Amino acid sequence: MKSETNTQQNQSFTLNMGPQHPSTHGVLQVILEMDGEYVLDPQPVLGYIHRMHEKMGESRPCRKFLPNTGRMDYVCALPFNHGYVGLIERAAGIEVPPRAEYIRVITSELNRVASHLLWLGAFLLDLGAFTPIMYSFDDREQILDILEEITGSRLTYCYFRPGGVYQDISDKFIEGTRAFIKRMRSRFSIYEKLVATNIIFIKRAEGVGVISPDMARRYGVTGPLLRGSGISYDIRKQEPYSVYSDFDFDVPVGENGDSLDRYKVRVQEMEQSLRIIEQALDKLPEGPYLGKAPKKIKLPPGDSSFSVEAARGELAYYLVGDGSEIPYRLKIRVPSYSNLSVLPELGRGILLADLVTIMGSFDLVIPEIDR
Amino acid sequence: MSGYFSEILTGGKSLLVGLGVTFKAMLQPVVTVQYPREKTDVTSSNYRGHIELVRNPETGSFKCIACGLCAKACPSECITVKSEKREGVKGKVLTVFQLDFTKCSLCGSCVEACNKGAIRFSQDYNIAGFTKEEFHYDLLKRLEEMG
Amino acid sequence: MEITSFLPPDIIRMIVSAVVIISFVFLNAMVMTYAERKLAGHFQRRPGPMEVGSHGLLQVIVDGLKLIGKQLILPKDVDRPLFRLAPLLAFIPVVLPFIVIPFSEKLQVADLNIGLIFILAISSLNGMAVLIAGWSSNNKYSLFGALRSVAQNIAYEIPILLVVLTVALMANTFSLKGLVEAQSGMWFILLQPVAFIIYFIAGLAETNRAPFDLSEAESELTAGFHTEYSGMGFSLFFLGEYANMFVVCSIATILFLGGWHGIPLPFLEYTGVFWFLLKVYALLFVMIWCRWTYPRVRFDQLMNLAWKYLIPFSLVNFIITAIVLVIVKL
Repeated sequence: MKSETNTQQNQSFTLNMGPQHPSTHGVLQVILEMDGEYVLDPQPVLGYIHRMHEKMGESRPCRKFLPNTGRMDYVCALPFNHGYVGLIERAAGIEVPPRAEYIRVITSELNRVASHLLWLGAFLLDLGAFTPIMYSFDDREQILDILEEITGSRLTYCYFRPGGVYQDISDKFIEGTRAFIKRMRSRFSIYEKLVATNIIFIKRAEGVGVISPDMARRYGVTGPLLRGSGISYDIRKQEPYSVYSDFDFDVPVGENGDSLDRYKVRVQEMEQSLRIIEQALDKLPEGPYLGKAPKKIKLPPGDSSFSVEAARGELAYYLVGDGSEIPYRLKIRVPSYSNLSVLPELGRGILLADLVTIMGSFDLVIPEIDR
Repeated sequence: MSGYFSEILTGGKSLLVGLGVTFKAMLQPVVTVQYPREKTDVTSSNYRGHIELVRNPETGSFKCIACGLCAKACPSECITVKSEKREGVKGKVLTVFQLDFTKCSLCGSCVEACNKGAIRFSQDYNIAGFTKEEFHYDLLKRLEEMG
Repeated sequence: MEITSFLPPDIIRMIVSAVVIISFVFLNAMVMTYAERKLAGHFQRRPGPMEVGSHGLLQVIVDGLKLIGKQLILPKDVDRPLFRLAPLLAFIPVVLPFIVIPFSEKLQVADLNIGLIFILAISSLNGMAVLIAGWSSNNKYSLFGALRSVAQNIAYEIPILLVVLTVALMANTFSLKGLVEAQSGMWFILLQPVAFIIYFIAGLAETNRAPFDLSEAESELTAGFHTEYSGMGFSLFFLGEYANMFVVCSIATILFLGGWHGIPLPFLEYTGVFWFLLKVYALLFVMIWCRWTYPRVRFDQLMNLAWKYLIPFSLVNFIITAIVLVIVKL
């Protein structure tokens, strides 16, 4: 009997997935204990692209940390900008003019749509479909063009400033955004036909990687993963920051918590983001785009925190000030880190192909996890 | 058993619909830009290239007064400004303005910090090189060459 | 024939056809590579290769030269003889079926009376090559690809055999020429639409094409069984894949689409090749089209598709055909 268990054990072997693997999206390594095609125990290895962003935040004046925020999550940089400037404003008591808040919401939501579009393409690429990524990049390119018009960059934005934004939005931007909303609404049906109703896609995604609401709560999962599991939790609704309370939008939730639900939630979120942008453009107030903020921002003693809803989930900044310009302590809670922590439990006893599906549906951005 | 056949029907239909989408796309014109042959226009936007010095239209020389605010505002310390006192000229005269573009993160803090509007973003995006040193720009020299 | 009358004509015939077939395999691979890349581009709304030659026409040649010029890397701890043998083994079996394919009434190297069985026998050797490649590479990803490929080939040969048997039953012959001649009145696709669909799906799986390209599933196995191959080693697999696609599509044309039959052209015994190639490349277009539209199926779903859908359907189709044939003959 004993020898039999021994041979059973010897049947399993280790497979290194990553850090250079097409579907780990960057430098994530997952060490897989495999039994044939079945994954027994996936263990993610983090830290390949650790750049000490938090320590850098603790060693320089808070204004100088701004460019770093866009480089943690390069796919969805503006909410990361937003969280940090929101934190500084809360800590130092800086007023933000309403026009600036509206611009922040418009650009952040555009960035969220861009991020979800990139995810859509990459997820389908993980499932082996090569064409959707080209269509979604075509749409995403329109957003990048619009954002480039006002932010000056296409990916690692550094656009928000404590007290407002870097520069005012132009009529060209507003026209471009309206045109994009119109275009994007007509594009959803293409994704619906090409992806969402496709029998192969449904078979690959349905019932794969089911995160139960209980499991999601245990691991601190946030964002579309949590909403896919049926828990309606969105910082924009739960504790509205900026001017999100002015807008009428829904928080899409899934039913089963599988990969298909996560797909549906993200697509619906794009539609909701377009709604928010449309309302914000209609209501856009006149006024200054940059409020009064001191050149050297002194952070008063005491701690403060600020959370925003990034494309991947709840992003929280926590800061302890000591009266100087430089934060005494800066902690960043990134969504993908907690989301990834579900993987070892979720990936037990599934097929290798399903593991790829699950990791694709998580929308992992490794530089964000490693910071 | 009815589920078995209805799945074949709906599944088969969804596959044909998918083929329809890609076929339609095939008949539509391409959307990409053939980069070395065609180029997108960045001059109309607020594109952020590396910074450059702005010419003073009255004197024909740089606007910069060498106050060094940009160098102070820079998070990555990639700007070097040097100046000297000259006889008959009020204030300092700029002698060196160097940008280490390898460190620059294009955040725009320097342009924002400048009170005189003496630096701006260039529209250059065709930048590639073989050595690090190629990206240590001497912006003063660049201004003269552009003149 | 006058000049070569002193030689046994069969040898000349063999040499000429061997040269023609091998050059055709290479030409076909070139055309297919170009078509695949160009079509993939247009399906994705980009132009595809554009730089080398007009509309990238010379790109394939340049790529070929690059592959020839590349170093043949022999990774550490591979099984050397098998590692070298596998690409050849992948290439040779796909050349042999060309011997029996009737391109037109007269353009056929040899009309074996068991032509169909010959092709089926030869083409299953391809799975062997993949297995050897995966096994000898000393790479877990390659091994995965190989194992998947073998299981897939076994599962999908059954529906193919059943479908082929159905058609052979109708034509009452295994000779490919005879099969085409049996369709001079009506193409078998009209009588056997289900069989055609089953054959096409199984053919996609046999050639390891997307959505059934599990043995080289990029997002799961990096490159599957040919992960460790470089240069010409890789390109022989590549050539083999395209030649295999051509063989599968030409059998589909012979069995279901009436082979060389079409609108009559002058010198029909030879010009039938035009209709034949037109039909084959139309099917190849559909194969490429499918690849650039669908996600990949999962391994167990692939098996389910074969055992739960294709095999029962082809079996029922076979029995119904047999019964109908008996009734008609009565």
